[in-house]
Amino acid sequence: MKKSVILGAMTFAGLAAGAASAGTLDDVKARGKLNCGVTTGLVGFAAPNANGEWEGFDVAVCRAVAAAVLGDSNAVEFVPTTGKTRFTALASGEIDMLARNTTWTFSRDVDLKFEFVGVNYYDGQGFMVPKELGVSSAKELDGATVCIQTGTTTELNLADFFRSNNISYEPVPIETNAEAQQQYLAGACDVYTTDASGLAATRATFDDPAGHVILPEIISKEPLGPLVRHGDHEWGDVVRWSLMALIAAEELGITSANLGEMAAGTENPEINRLLGSEGTLGEMLGLSADWAKNAIASQGNYGEIFAKNIGEDTPVGLARGLNAQWTEGGLLYAPPFR
Amino acid sequence: MSDTHAHSIAFVRDTEIPPSPPPAGETGAVKWLRENLFSNAVNSALTIASLLVIYILLSKTLPWLLNGVWTTNSLAECREVLQGKTGACFSVLTERWNQLLYGFKYPSDQYWRPNLALVLLLFAIAPVLFFDLPRKLLAFTAIYPFLAFWLIWGGTILAPIVALVGFAAGAFVFQTYGKSSFAVGFFGAIAAAFAVWIIGGMLIPDGASDNAMLQAVPSRDLGGFMLNLMLGVTCVSLSLPLGIALALGRQSDMPLIKWMCVVFIEFVRGVPLITLLFVASVMLAYFFPPESTVDLFLRVVIMITMFSAAYIAEVIRGGLAALPKGQYEAADSLGLDYPQAMRLIILPQALKISIPGIVNVAVGLFKDTTLVSVISMFDLVGMIRGPILASTEWNGVYWELLGFAALLFFVVCYGISQYSQWLERRLATDHR
Repeated sequence: MKKSVILGAMTFAGLAAGAASAGTLDDVKARGKLNCGVTTGLVGFAAPNANGEWEGFDVAVCRAVAAAVLGDSNAVEFVPTTGKTRFTALASGEIDMLARNTTWTFSRDVDLKFEFVGVNYYDGQGFMVPKELGVSSAKELDGATVCIQTGTTTELNLADFFRSNNISYEPVPIETNAEAQQQYLAGACDVYTTDASGLAATRATFDDPAGHVILPEIISKEPLGPLVRHGDHEWGDVVRWSLMALIAAEELGITSANLGEMAAGTENPEINRLLGSEGTLGEMLGLSADWAKNAIASQGNYGEIFAKNIGEDTPVGLARGLNAQWTEGGLLYAPPFR
Repeated sequence: MSDTHAHSIAFVRDTEIPPSPPPAGETGAVKWLRENLFSNAVNSALTIASLLVIYILLSKTLPWLLNGVWTTNSLAECREVLQGKTGACFSVLTERWNQLLYGFKYPSDQYWRPNLALVLLLFAIAPVLFFDLPRKLLAFTAIYPFLAFWLIWGGTILAPIVALVGFAAGAFVFQTYGKSSFAVGFFGAIAAAFAVWIIGGMLIPDGASDNAMLQAVPSRDLGGFMLNLMLGVTCVSLSLPLGIALALGRQSDMPLIKWMCVVFIEFVRGVPLITLLFVASVMLAYFFPPESTVDLFLRVVIMITMFSAAYIAEVIRGGLAALPKGQYEAADSLGLDYPQAMRLIILPQALKISIPGIVNVAVGLFKDTTLVSVISMFDLVGMIRGPILASTEWNGVYWELLGFAALLFFVVCYGISQYSQWLERRLATDHR
């Protein structure tokens, strides 16, 4: 009855009832569904496919958490949010977690009262130029016209970068990524700057992607990660360690192919603890013993998710770079499971 | 004497000369061209310039249109087929056709439901738009909103039936008591309707929607052009009566009613629609605990209706102001009371004057429904900007998608405009 439009007004009556909620974890379990906030659409990170199923790099985090908590990676209600509605949706309790390529910053963490549980993608602002310009470093861009989205941190980063390198530039302000793409291709600017992952995704859609290069300089830090509300630490732990389980799985060599074999028990005690054949990690989180196994089974380990959605074999074509394991020169470093 | 006459006239023509064709320059296409396109030097220059512009436009767009690719599965394949030639990639329309029309979450085996609702809408709306049709058809119009609700949202049929019964009870109370005292009838009707809804709501079992004849579809799953049409039709039909009431209220002699209407109209007109939509989608969520909010679709409908009702009220106030005072006095002198005077004399004239303005608001409102894409509802534009352009297959296709959206909106808005012109001609009683 709650869904009926006309009688919807009557649910006013139920206002007082739902006010006092238990922990988010209990709510999710009781509901049987995870409400996960995602973007309304970003290539490779989150978008519904032709059949209406959400897929992408951020979506995989939602699915992994749902699998860990509920044992079913499809028990997710994806709530699309825009840049403007994402934080209110989370703060008001409409969604349980937000996995929407959101940069972890001080004020979002502290002032907006959210808790970033980790980083699933280390991004940074980069530059793209046409190959025929013959530029190999951003420091050679003296006097260039730069397409830049207004009102973003990228605008401020750009000004800082050019001033500190003592070179000049001419900004061409634009509103959206789509507009930027058109302007850049039409030659209205020499350089387009935004997050490196965005540049790669944009370049992938060009008629002639090989005619454009992304310069090696990354001029800002944009750690993107899932976040939850302040104050509910049990739920924060669940989301954090679901993400860490994906990262640790890659480090420990657990893939969706050998998961069943590994879960039966191995020589490596950490794998055993992670997959639940030893120890009581799941119980500590308030989940079943095979929580991490379910999370990994949903989409594979971090590396598999990366390769499938935004890796080098996809149209987005991102290299691992900073997002490689710490053992391979990247920044991914899951704390030990013990 | 006859002889003299015959001799004095040498030749008498007794048949008509066959008409000779008019000079070549004064007939057919040539004449039309000379008169309309090449009547003088400036005119000729403009004609040639226009032809040039049309040629340039067509020479750019026609190859793009005619060379279009309709059958590939991604932009990359499209480009492969085109081999660098100019050509549109219309495949995105064919591949995502259902998503553009219904959104990406409406169950695909249930598409017949919105389709049927649209067809029935034509029948329901016909007696309202074309008042020469038999009045009995209005009975179907009255049932239609509940039928359409059931078709589109599905779930238990009891919910729309309870809603319908509530309205019927309200109407019955108003009919019975409204004649003696308007206030008793009015508030009695509201009370009766709510009583029916609350009692009926309790009677519907909790799991009624689970195994209903039509699978229940939550509002969040609606999308595409269907959502635009639903919002447009609902909001226009709700805001028109509300706008009339507000316009009359603003003219009222009763200070409380007058000032309530003035404040409402001025406040709502002074706020951008997008702000109201944000309030609907974001702020209201703070006031309600999770799980007990009012349906998002309903919230949006309320906000858009309020917004356009305020505009329509001002348009109708213009119509009311245009009527000479004599019309009001004539109604009074006939002994008509206020509702009769308004219904029989004032409003028919005022509304006729206001038609162009009302249609203007309606067309604007219909296009404004695309603003819901900003609050992450997937209407036609939301589908294009979000899921379709963000898919790896179709990122980079702009003209085809947005052109298609423009075409759909143009068809509907042009239809509304043509209807209003017909209505103006049909209602014209003056002798110009």
